[in-house]
This record gives sequence, structure tokens and C-alpha cells, in this order.
Amino acid sequence: MMLKITDLNVHYGFIHALKGIDMEVNEGEIVTLIGSNGAGKSTTLGAISGLVKASKGKIEFEGENITNLPAYKVVSKKISLSPEGREVFPALSVEENLRLGAFTRSDKAEINQSFERVYDLFPRLKERIKQPAGTLSGGEQQMLAIGRALMSRPKLLLLDEPSMGLAPNLVLMIFDLIESINKQGTTILLIEQNANMALSVAHRAYVLETGKISLSGDAKELMNDPRVKSAYLGEIHET
Amino acid sequence: MKEKKSLNLLAPFESFVDKFKVPLSILVGAFLIAVPFLGASRVAMRNLVMIFLYAMLGMGLNVLLGYVGQVSLGHAGFYAIGAYTSAILTTTYGWSFWTGAIAGACVAALIGFLLGLPTLRLSGTYLTIVTLGFGEIVLMVLRQWESVTNGNYGIRSIPVPELFGWELTLSNGGFYWLILFLSTVTAIACYTIKNSNAGRTLIAIKEDELAATMMGIKTTRYKILAFVVSAFITGLAGAYYSVINNGYIEPNNFVFNYSIQILSVVIVGGMGTIRGMYFGSALLMMFPQVFRFLNQWRFVIYGLLLVLMMQFRPQGALGWQSTLPYKLPRRAKKALAEREKAKTVQ
Repeated sequence: MMLKITDLNVHYGFIHALKGIDMEVNEGEIVTLIGSNGAGKSTTLGAISGLVKASKGKIEFEGENITNLPAYKVVSKKISLSPEGREVFPALSVEENLRLGAFTRSDKAEINQSFERVYDLFPRLKERIKQPAGTLSGGEQQMLAIGRALMSRPKLLLLDEPSMGLAPNLVLMIFDLIESINKQGTTILLIEQNANMALSVAHRAYVLETGKISLSGDAKELMNDPRVKSAYLGEIHET
Repeated sequence: MKEKKSLNLLAPFESFVDKFKVPLSILVGAFLIAVPFLGASRVAMRNLVMIFLYAMLGMGLNVLLGYVGQVSLGHAGFYAIGAYTSAILTTTYGWSFWTGAIAGACVAALIGFLLGLPTLRLSGTYLTIVTLGFGEIVLMVLRQWESVTNGNYGIRSIPVPELFGWELTLSNGGFYWLILFLSTVTAIACYTIKNSNAGRTLIAIKEDELAATMMGIKTTRYKILAFVVSAFITGLAGAYYSVINNGYIEPNNFVFNYSIQILSVVIVGGMGTIRGMYFGSALLMMFPQVFRFLNQWRFVIYGLLLVLMMQFRPQGALGWQSTLPYKLPRRAKKALAEREKAKTVQ
């Protein structure tokens, strides 16, 4: 088991955002966490990556306790987050953005390999090496955000709503890329509102509702679960 | 839309500059060095010296404001520390200007480090307020610590710098060449920082601190680094100021107004740029001179100008992004060519 979360609780002041979450991610998997707005999806990622303090519970990565480790140290444990809303550095060029992604690494040759890998995955970024990231289109910025997260050569890649605000054909492309990144050996924890797409690429899934896990299991099975269908896939079914 | 038009007007100028980069910079450089031989008046020379001095001060604050995005309202404090350290060392202890100036810059940097350690954990506005307080504290210390700073009387008869027995003064052009040298060195240093790994990291923090943290950057450490560099440059400028002010400095030379003036240079010129510091300084230093005929109205106009500037050109006078089509690096060109080839083969 790669990532193990036990009884994770997060409070924002008086608001009890996560009420005891138990989750596991195994090596080589794509695991998705779906749920509506305010269910606590981003909070969960925040807690893993050290941006949000856990008030109770434990997060273990490869057997090591990483609960409440500062965010900049979590990165060096080979966990990388591509944040929600494509937070690229707009004034820096594509190449500089990627170089910052490799901030925790110092091995030049291997960093160059990572550059090649990212350019292989996203040839469009290669054409725009010197272009300021702020002038890229939404889809390209998303590619850059994912590529940048890959530059630290993570074992576990956390993706926060990679399809947000993208055109349908780009959404398909991003999910294709997520699958190929996974096939190259990176474990992925994916957060999505687009439950349909997320369940179609994931191996396993957790459904989060107001701070609690309400359902979990095999992604394909969940896709056919009537409760998931009615709540997240927009299908009306007779009762 | 309006702005786009003005940018297009700039493009021919920019491509001209880009094309003749080397001869133009040699020409401008030669002209700047030759200025003292052109028979300019003392007043003109003094104005030129002040322009370069404030350009240097602007570059100092720019490291903090333009690169890492932290606002300081207390840079007159570092300016004062550099000036007083150097002045005390040269008058009381007989040091030369050169060693005194470096010591002044180092003391300013050290104080910057000590101040930055606890305060740079604060964000945005809170940091600004702390620096505001810092400037006032420095002033208070200068006024009260009479045994060292001579209080409100200030320090007198600060010797002029000497270079191999040649005394640098305003009338022989020495002051001018010295500040030309100092500001050029500062500009080169700032350029190097901006285009280094550290500079990229600083800009990343300014753009998005959260995302920068997610890259594994310890943001506090880099903010402190910027603070120290900024304080060093400002301290060095202060040491220079201590010798050009008729050998006399007093606490009133370092009041809050000067922090604001430095800030204005950076904002008017264009945060994050180096050329903007020279331009902003020239604009702000010349304005009160040129518009002297407006009498007491000139500061009203000056204020109005700043307000209009913020309204219509918040990125600063020279804060434009290059309008030239960007040049593809060789690697990208090769990749593109290969791809075209592959396409035609198919």
C-alpha cells in the first residue's frame, strides 16, 4: 500500500470539513475521489500535500507518517500536486515553469530526461518553450500544470480537477494523458466533479459526501451503482 | 484596447533597439561616461547624480517589490543604516570610503536579515506595516543615540572618497562616475539575479505563493534572501549618499518621505524591470525641477500624476512585455522541423 489515510479529520475554525476519512491508494493505481461541491475533496488533497492541517488522524506514505508535514517537505517525499484552477506562473515561460517543478531535484541529466518525458507527453508544450505561461490557452495551461507536477518525478501524483473549465474534446485528451501517465508507472489520486470521466479511467473510487466517505469500491461497479448514477451522473432512475 | 494600440506603436522602436543592441549600448555608454566633459553646470550634474542614485535605490527595492512581490515602506531605514555606518566608520575610525561603504551595505544587509527572519512569515499588508515601523524605529535610534550618531545634529565633515590619491568631488565628475559605476554594477547584479535559478524562484513566489510551495520551495527562505539583497543595495546607496551631501548627514535625510520616493520610482518606472528604474527615477527627480514655475502647485500636479498613472498604467511607464515576436530556441525549431518532416512522410 502506497498511501494510507486513517480517520482523517480537518477543521476550518468551527467548520468540521472532514469527519474521519479512511482511504487507501495502492501502487500503480488510479484512484478517484468524487463528490459534489463542498464535500471535502480538495481539503483531502490539501491535507495530504500539507497545505491544510489535520486536526486528527494519520496519513502514511510508503509506511512513513507524513501527517502535517510542511508542504515543501511533502514534495521531496515524491508526492506532487497539480492544483485546482491551473495555477501556473503566468509571467514565467513554459520551460521556466517546468524547471521550477524540478526544484527539489539536482541531478541535471535526470532532469533533462524528465523534460523529454513531459515534452513527449505534451508535444504542444515543446512548441511553446519560451512563451509566457499566461499566454497559453486553458488546455495548454492544464497540460503545463500536470507537466510541472511530473517534473519532480513523483511516485504519487495528486490531480485536483484537471478537467475544470476545459472544452469537451480537451477533457477527453487530458483523461487520455492521465491514463498514459499512469501506465508509465505513476500512481494517481484524481479529484473530479466530472464523475463520469473520472470513473471511466480510474481503477477504484471513493465517493465523498459532506466530509464522509459514503461509498467506495471498484470504479466500474460504482459507475453502475444507482446511488452514484442519480447523484453524480445525472441519470434519473425510477424508485 | 487603447493599450494595445500604444504597444503597437512601440514595436518598431523596440525592434530597432533589438537590432542595433551592441552599437547602441556602446554609444549610450560612451555618452554617459563623457557627460562630465560636456560642460554641464553644477546643478545639472547634481540632478544627474540624484537620478542615478534613485535608480540604484529603485533597483534595491525592486528586488523585493518587483521580483518577490513584497512591499516595504521602510527602505529609508536601510538607506540610513548604510549612510550612518559608512559615515561613522570614515569619520571616527578613519576608514576609507570603499571599506566603509561595503561595511555599511553589509550592516544594512545584516539588519535586513534579522528583521526579515521573524517578519517575512507575515504576508502582504502586515509585512508592509512592520517595515513602516522599522523605518520609524531607525529614525528614532538615529535621533536618540547621541553618543554614536550625534543625534539631530547629524554627522559632519565626512571625507570624500579617494581613488589612488585622486579626490572624487561633484565638480571634477568623480561623484558622477562613482554613481554611474555603482548603479551599473547594481543593474548587472539585478539582471543576473533575475535570470538565475533564484530569480525564477522569487518570481514564482510573487506570482503564486501556494503553487510555489507545491514545487517544494521554502518560500520564507527566498523572501529573506530577497530582503537581504535589497537591504544590501539600499545600504550601499546610503553610503554613497553620505559622501555626496556636502559631507553632512542628519536624521532628516532619511524620513518616511524618502521611503515613499523610492517606492514611487519603482512603481512609476515599472515593477520588475531594470530599465524602468532609470526611467522612473529620471521622471521623479526631474519633475520638481522642470515644473518649478508652478510654485506650490507642483506637488499637487505630482500627486495627480501618480494617481493617473495608477489608474491608467498600473504596470509602470516602462513595464511593458516585449512586443517582439518571440524567438524560438534552437531545440524547439528542430523539434518542429522534425515533426513537419514526419507529417510529409506520412
